[in-house]
Amino acid sequence: MDHERTDQIIDKHGCEANSLIQILLEIQSENNWLPKSILERISERLQVPMTRIMHIATFYKAFSLLPLGRHKVHICMGTACHVRGASRILDAVQDLTGIKPGETDMDMKFSLETVNCLGCCALGPVMEVDGKTYGKISASGTTDVLKGIN
Amino acid sequence: MVALSSTEKLEKFRLEIVSGRNPDKPCISVCAGSGCLASGASDVISAFKSEIEKECLNADVVIKETGCPGFCERGPVVVIYPEEICYLQVKPEDVEEIVTKTIKEKQVVERLLYIDPVTGEKAIHEYDIPFYKNQVRNIICNNIKIDSRSIDDYLATGGYSALAKVLTVMSGEEVIQEVKRSGLRGRGGAGFPTGNKWEGSRNDPEKPKYVIVNADEGDPGAFMDRALLEGNPHSVLEGLIIGGYAIGSNEGFVYVRQEYPLAVTNINLAIAHAEEYGLLGKNILGSGFDFGVKVHRGAGAFVCGESTALMAALEGRAGEPRPKYVRSNIKGLWDKPSVLNNVETWANVPLIINNGAGWFTQIGTERSKGTKIFSLVGKIANTGLVEIPMGITLKDIIYKIGGGIPRGKKFKAVQTGGPSGGCIPAGQLDMKVGFDELTGAGSMMGSGGMIVMDEDTCMVDVARYFITFLTEESCGKCVPCREGLRQMHKILTNITEGKGKEGDIELLEDLSETCIEASLCALGKSAPNPFISTLRYFRDEYEAHIRDKRCPALYCKELIRYYIDPAKCRACLICMKKCPVEAIDGEKKKIHIIDQEKCTNCGTCFEVCPPHFGAVKKISGEPLPSPIPDAERIINGRRN
Repeated sequence: MDHERTDQIIDKHGCEANSLIQILLEIQSENNWLPKSILERISERLQVPMTRIMHIATFYKAFSLLPLGRHKVHICMGTACHVRGASRILDAVQDLTGIKPGETDMDMKFSLETVNCLGCCALGPVMEVDGKTYGKISASGTTDVLKGIN
Repeated sequence: MVALSSTEKLEKFRLEIVSGRNPDKPCISVCAGSGCLASGASDVISAFKSEIEKECLNADVVIKETGCPGFCERGPVVVIYPEEICYLQVKPEDVEEIVTKTIKEKQVVERLLYIDPVTGEKAIHEYDIPFYKNQVRNIICNNIKIDSRSIDDYLATGGYSALAKVLTVMSGEEVIQEVKRSGLRGRGGAGFPTGNKWEGSRNDPEKPKYVIVNADEGDPGAFMDRALLEGNPHSVLEGLIIGGYAIGSNEGFVYVRQEYPLAVTNINLAIAHAEEYGLLGKNILGSGFDFGVKVHRGAGAFVCGESTALMAALEGRAGEPRPKYVRSNIKGLWDKPSVLNNVETWANVPLIINNGAGWFTQIGTERSKGTKIFSLVGKIANTGLVEIPMGITLKDIIYKIGGGIPRGKKFKAVQTGGPSGGCIPAGQLDMKVGFDELTGAGSMMGSGGMIVMDEDTCMVDVARYFITFLTEESCGKCVPCREGLRQMHKILTNITEGKGKEGDIELLEDLSETCIEASLCALGKSAPNPFISTLRYFRDEYEAHIRDKRCPALYCKELIRYYIDPAKCRACLICMKKCPVEAIDGEKKKIHIIDQEKCTNCGTCFEVCPPHFGAVKKISGEPLPSPIPDAERIINGRRN
C-alpha cells in the first residue's frame, strides 16, 4: 500500500485522531497487515505519537504487525464451541498446517488464529476460512476443507 | 423519496406502504442471519430466486431475506406467508418442491416440518413448535417477518411510531419517567435501572451529551445482540434516537465488534435509510430535534464491552477502563454525560413507549421486568436464541424450550453470565430467572449467554477455560488481574493435567479474593467467578483431579487413557484405519489393541467406534486392564 492510498483512507475519516482505530482497521483489511512505514505516515498526518499507535496496534486483536498468509483460518474457541470439542479441532488444524495460533506458515498460505466466539454457537464447533463459516465440523472435516484450498 | 417532515407525513407514508401490500400475496421468508448463512442459507435464497424466475412467478411471490428467528439448530429456516408454514433445514434441492407444492398448490411439504421427538407429531407453524411456543417473543418476533435491509418493512410493522409519539406528545422528562416506571434494567449484564441512568445524564448541566449502543458482544457463547442488530437494526436505532431526545443529546454512537461484519453492514444501511427518510439528521419529523449516529467498529478486545473502556476506544485510544468514582453517565465520552446501553436495552425502548410502562411491568418478577433474550447453547437439543419472560424457571428454559440434553446424557450445570458469571448445578434448576436470583446463586444474568453442560463436561476444565479467556483479555492495567489470573491459569492447567497438589484450591481462593478486591473494573472483579462457582458446587471434581489424578467427566486429556474392551470389539478395522498415529494393532477377526506407548489420546478411535459396538472406553484414575493374550484375540464365528 502506498502513501497515496494511506492518505485517502486517512482523509476519508476526516484526518481526526479520534478515528485512529477505524483508519487502522481499514488499512488492516485492505493491506492484510500494518507495515511500519504506513504507521509512521499515520502518525505524521494525525499528529499522534508512534507510541500511542503501537499501543493500539498491539492492544487490539484485529491488527497484525507482520504479513499474514493468503488464507485466514479462524477456529472459534467460544464457550459453546469449547464444550463441543473445539480444542480437538484446533489440534487437527495445527497438525495439518504445522503452525500454532498467531503464526503464519513458511509458504504464506495459512495464518491460524483462535477467536472467542463468532456468534454461530448453534453450529459449534466452528471453523472460519476467509470469512466462510464451516459449522458442526469434525477434526477430519477440517482436513478435508483445508486440503481443498490452494 | 422526500424526507418525512412531520409525523402526519410519516403516518400517511406508512399507510401507503401497508395498503400497497397485499397480505394474501405469498411471501417466502428465508433467514439470512449468520447462523443460517453458515448452514447454507444463501444457496437456498438463490435457488428460490431462480425457481420463482423459472416459474414466471416474479410478480406473484415475494422473497425476503430476514433476520434470525432464533432456531439456529434447524437452519436454514424458511417461513411461507400468509399461511406461516415453517420449514426447517431447507436445502437448495428442496426449493423446487416447496414452490410447486406450497406456493402453487397450497399444500404442505410434510418432510420439512418440525417433528416432535417425543410425540412424533408434526408442527406446521412456528407457533406450534415447542421451542417457540413456550417463549414470549416481544423483541425478536419481527426478525423473521421483515427484510432486515428494508426500512419500509420496519415502517409497515409500526416502526418509528414510538419516535413520532415521543417527538409530538412527550417531553424528555416524560420519556424518562415512563422508562423508570417500566422498571427496565440494563440487558448488558449489570442490570442497572435504565431510567435512572438516563435521568442522571439529563440532569447534568454539562453539554454536549452522548448516547451509545454497546454492541461489543464479547461474551463467548452469546449472540443475542448480533441477531438484533443484523435482523432488526431499526428497532435499536429508534430506541437510541428516543434516548437521545430524552436526555438532550444530538449525537449517538454504535460500537459494534468487527467480528460481526453483517451487523456492521446492516446498521450502516439502516442509518443511511433513516437519514434519507428524515428520521435522522436535522429537524427530525419537523420537531426541531436534531440527531446523528456514527458507527464505530471494535478492533477485537473483550474488555471494550466495559463502559469506560468502550468510551476510551471511541475516543481512538486503547480500551483500558478507568476508575468510576464518577459514573460515565455524568463523565463519559470526552468527559461529557454519556448514556451507554446494550443493544437489547435500546430495542426495548420503542416497545415501552408504544405500549406503556404498565404493559411492560406485567411480565417478570418484582425486580426484573419484561422479557430477556438468551442464547441457549452447548449440550442442548434445541440450540438457538430464546426470548423468555423474566421469572420463568431454568428448568422450563432447558427442558420445555431447549428440549433437554441430547443423546440421553445427564444434565450437569448451566453456565450463565459469560466469563464473569458462574455455573448453576442441577439442584437449583427450579430457580426463577431474574437479575437478583442469578446473582444470589453465585452467577449472574450477564448479557444472556446460557451454556448447558452435560455429564461429559469437566467443571475444572470449564473454570480453566474461562480463566484462560480472561487472562488473554485482561487489559493489563491492574496487577491482581494481569498477574493473578496468569497464576490461576497456571494452577488450573496443572490440575487438569494431573499435576495438581494439596493446597492448590486454597491458593486459588486466595488469588481470587485479591483479584476481586483489588481490580479496577468489572472484568477483574468478576474474573474469579467461574472458579468460585464451580468450586462451590463441584468441589469433589477438583479433589478427584488433585488427589486421585482422575477426571470424573473423563474429559481432561492428560488424565484419561483409551482402551478397547475385548468383550465388545468386533475387529471391524474402523478405529485401526482412522488412528492418526497407527497405535492400534489388529486385523480382521482379530481383536484390536491400543499400543499405549504410541497413543496420543486424540480420541479418534472413541469417536469412530460404531455406537452399537461401543468398544472403545475412556479410563481415568484406575489402572488399565492388561491386554489379553494373542491367542484369545481371534474371533471365531459371529459374536453377539
